Amino acid sequence: MTPVLELRDVALRHRGSAVDAVQDISLAVEAGHSLALVGESGAGKTTLLRLLLGLARPTAGTVRFDGAELSLRDREQMRRFRRSVQCVFQDPYSSLDPRRRVGAVVAEPLRSLGIDTRSSAVPKVAAALDRVGLPADAMDRYPHEFSGGQRQRIAIARATVCHPRVLLADEPVSALDVTTRVKVVDLLAELKQEQGLTLVMVSHDLSVVASLCERTAVLEHGHVVEQGDTAQVLGHPAHPYTRRLIDSVPRLPA
Amino acid sequence: MIPADTLEAARPEGAPQGGRRARVSATLVVGSVLAGLIALLAVVSLFWLPYPADDTSGGRLAGPGGGHLLGTDKLGRDLFTQVMTGSRIAVEAGLGSVLIAATIGIALGVLAAFAQGWFDDTLSAFLDILIAFPTLLLAMLIVAARSATLGSAVLAIGLAQSAVVARLARILVKRVLTQDYITAARISGTSWPRIVLGHVLPNIWPTLVVNLALQFGLAVLAEAGLSYLGLGAPPPNASWGRMLQEAQATFTTAPAGALAPGVLLVLLVVGVNLVADGLRETLDPATGRRRS
Amino acid sequence: MTFLDVRGLTVRTAEGRVLVDDLSFSVAGGERLGLIGESGSGKSLTTLAVLGLLPSGMTATGSVELAGTQIVGATERALTSVRGRDAAVVFQEPLTALDPLMRVGRQIAEPLARRRGLRGAALRDAVGDMLAQVRLPEPERVSRAFPHEISGGQRQRVALAMALACDPGLLIADEPTTALDVSVQAEMLDLLDSLVRERGMAVIFVSHDLAVVARVTDRALVMKDGRAVETGTVHDLVRSPRAEYTKSLVAGARRLEAALDLRSPR
Repeated sequence: MTPVLELRDVALRHRGSAVDAVQDISLAVEAGHSLALVGESGAGKTTLLRLLLGLARPTAGTVRFDGAELSLRDREQMRRFRRSVQCVFQDPYSSLDPRRRVGAVVAEPLRSLGIDTRSSAVPKVAAALDRVGLPADAMDRYPHEFSGGQRQRIAIARATVCHPRVLLADEPVSALDVTTRVKVVDLLAELKQEQGLTLVMVSHDLSVVASLCERTAVLEHGHVVEQGDTAQVLGHPAHPYTRRLIDSVPRLPA
Repeated sequence: MIPADTLEAARPEGAPQGGRRARVSATLVVGSVLAGLIALLAVVSLFWLPYPADDTSGGRLAGPGGGHLLGTDKLGRDLFTQVMTGSRIAVEAGLGSVLIAATIGIALGVLAAFAQGWFDDTLSAFLDILIAFPTLLLAMLIVAARSATLGSAVLAIGLAQSAVVARLARILVKRVLTQDYITAARISGTSWPRIVLGHVLPNIWPTLVVNLALQFGLAVLAEAGLSYLGLGAPPPNASWGRMLQEAQATFTTAPAGALAPGVLLVLLVVGVNLVADGLRETLDPATGRRRS
Repeated sequence: MTFLDVRGLTVRTAEGRVLVDDLSFSVAGGERLGLIGESGSGKSLTTLAVLGLLPSGMTATGSVELAGTQIVGATERALTSVRGRDAAVVFQEPLTALDPLMRVGRQIAEPLARRRGLRGAALRDAVGDMLAQVRLPEPERVSRAFPHEISGGQRQRVALAMALACDPGLLIADEPTTALDVSVQAEMLDLLDSLVRERGMAVIFVSHDLAVVARVTDRALVMKDGRAVETGTVHDLVRSPRAEYTKSLVAGARRLEAALDLRSPR
């Protein structure tokens, strides 16, 4: 089966830097197999995410979308890509334009990708808000009227309004309180199930990874040190760094 | 079913929500009244003046009263008529300069914010030079190239101010560009021009408006200064600056000629500055608010 | 002996909104207390009130007695002598807690010079000693670095060194590991635990994360909307929570942990 998204021997070196931010990365995102990118700060998670989102060009290797090399200049391909691959960010306070009403925020992909007009977008926006558990009248309000968990729901509604196949999520729950975190994890699991979404989640929270992703790749210093089925990677870590990560997770007293 | 976290009161930590929109700051009201009075004089002067501009029937240096509210100048022209015309010139100078400064400044600032490498450096250096360049010298150059008209003065002031606006706009745009909602817009397939118009400008607007209001006050002062030096609107246009200059010699005997334009100048500039302060209070809380 | 005694502490905004509501608890010398709650629960405000550091406009009523000094209503001068000597604090984000324009060594030296009157070589030695105690690698380099030149974990160690510089009787740690990576968090918690143990210091450890609190403290107070919901040993709170809110907190933490247990049994 052709992977939806694939990185082949990818490296990226930032301008003016002497070392590669990520190096020698090969990853495949297959439909239905959600992938977690696990690692700590400086491991290159954010760089990988930018590559997978078509926001940066690799300095070596290729990014492939549906089997074809992703070309940031090919407008037709990019339109299909944007429609298929959406993103949720870590900080729900920075990811929603404070001067736009929620309706306009959520409708943006539909409008910008030329799928809908302002009026034809409305029912789809309402449906997307409903899927994330927000009432339709949220459309007329501004982001600052919502709590952190609600804002993250709005961001998820925006990312899923055009029914993408892949949802990239950058630490989607780490800015949220525990009780809210559980609910947003449930929501993402539900969307996976009901919308057939494939998640690519950047996270350092192994319990969230274990809850949502079938596959896990562990990153350290810009390299993938281990990848495979989540149960295998977390249950029988082969790399000492993975072992150390797992041992570091604070656990409740038994 | 609505999840419980959506039911919890939407309450960002910090100030309570209620009443922010309803509360209009007192500075804004006072400032608007002051600036509005001058604007009213300016508008009325377009349709009606107490005396024709060249009417000298009132006698030289008449005191206030007796058909002349503020008296007359050394040529016998009605002072109130001149002050009204002057308010029109002041408002025109302020609006014109700010319009030029906003148009050029915002365009340059956005361009500079997106510029990379040597282009960014060149543009920043150019703006710094323009800011350091004396407005007076710029005005003299423009007057030399064209002629001493209100338009020349406004052009000089507007150009000088556009550098200040551009530098501010550049910083503001750069800050907005780091926000995740810009990345989200790119991922949504929104083109850069639409990101600038739809996300960047609305978010830098409140701060820019406050600054433009301040620039308006500065432009009025600058125009008065240039007219005082004979680099503004030519006679018989009664710019406040020219009135001050003409009344200088007779200040001890007939102070009204200098006091009237002087006081109005102060009122307008103070009023506009208060408006800027009031706008800052009213507009800022909605923008910078974040999690504590 | 009671080191910190809080009775009926209430914190209000200038508009009169109650953010901390009639809170009472006490911490004995050398005892450790966890304050557990989510954002907006008032847990951070409580710690600020204990140090007399409430943001301007907010007012505290009730009683906060720290090492025999009444904090509520105390003058700034009285508070200055209490802070650092009797209680010190480590905040969540070390980058904002440190002066960005001052080298790390000087920031640690400042409280040492002020409180212990150290000068010259003695001061330099004391700074080196503090850096060694918080187990910073390359203390020489770190000492000369500016805060932005070292990692988040190292900054938090520096902040801890500053807090411990004057041997306070009470250390307040407000989400000290929330901004850190998991493996760095584990090291930091170990470090905090052993340093506090050596000195027999009392600790108030503030966190939204039950599992993290459990690593450090034996007793905890659960807060919601400015009120104490439940208090008890961490063990009891986790095993048999009584209040509905505590139950939901524990259930949430357990839910996430269950997924991990399934994949990676401990």
